[in-house]
Amino acid sequence: MVKHSSRIVTGAHYGLRDWLAQRITAVFMVVYVVVLAVLITISPPQDYAAWSGVFKHSWMRIATFLFFAALFWHAWVGVRNVLMDYVKPVAIRLTLQVLVIIALLVYLVWTAEILWS
Amino acid sequence: MEFRAGDQLRNYHFKVSRMEVKLKHQRPRHLDLFKITQPLPAIVSIMHRISGVLLFFPGIPFLLYGLHMLLESPESFAAMQAVLQHPGLKLLLVFFVWFFLHHLCAGIRYLALDLHYGVELAQARASSKWVLAISVLLTLLAGVALW
Repeated sequence: MVKHSSRIVTGAHYGLRDWLAQRITAVFMVVYVVVLAVLITISPPQDYAAWSGVFKHSWMRIATFLFFAALFWHAWVGVRNVLMDYVKPVAIRLTLQVLVIIALLVYLVWTAEILWS
Repeated sequence: MEFRAGDQLRNYHFKVSRMEVKLKHQRPRHLDLFKITQPLPAIVSIMHRISGVLLFFPGIPFLLYGLHMLLESPESFAAMQAVLQHPGLKLLLVFFVWFFLHHLCAGIRYLALDLHYGVELAQARASSKWVLAISVLLTLLAGVALW
């Protein structure tokens, strides 16, 4: 009697999570960009006081931070795909992937620093 | 009148071989990307990839540096405004706005395709035309607003 396992054996579906993450982050970024574009078009901030006023609300800081976090995740999936397609030597590809991850983590810290300083 | 099946057959073979010659002539003889013409959805696709890479670098560091200048202090804000008066930089900014808008419009098209909207060839070709047209149009509007 063959015992049926619930594990799907046709591929490990590693790519599905990335594929879905790329789309969910994309939709989130579209919403943020459209809302921001509408707000800025309705009442265009003219000077420094007005611009820093826009980013003073904590919900705006959180939304902007989440936008950048989504952007960096989205960029990671995309750049990883590009590197897998064009950079064949494993050592070079791995080095580039690590550099991309480090850059994105530095950007995330930089974003928090810009928004909460 | 004699039935000339042989002639007909010869005629048919002649036609087929001429078609083959013609096809061979029309087919790309090499996969040189600069010599073969890609269909429009393929062009939109590769532009989506190229714009994505450019938005990653130098797009993201530029954007963060811009946000830093915008919010740091009144002095940095004034410095950013002064730098943005440079026409070369304005042009560069317009190009990045175009990269962003193309990536956005093409991305929305891919989301629709993922949901099985517009997967027929004619619709796919038409939507790729719309992606190119709308992103260029919105970029022109942004350029007008910037100047």
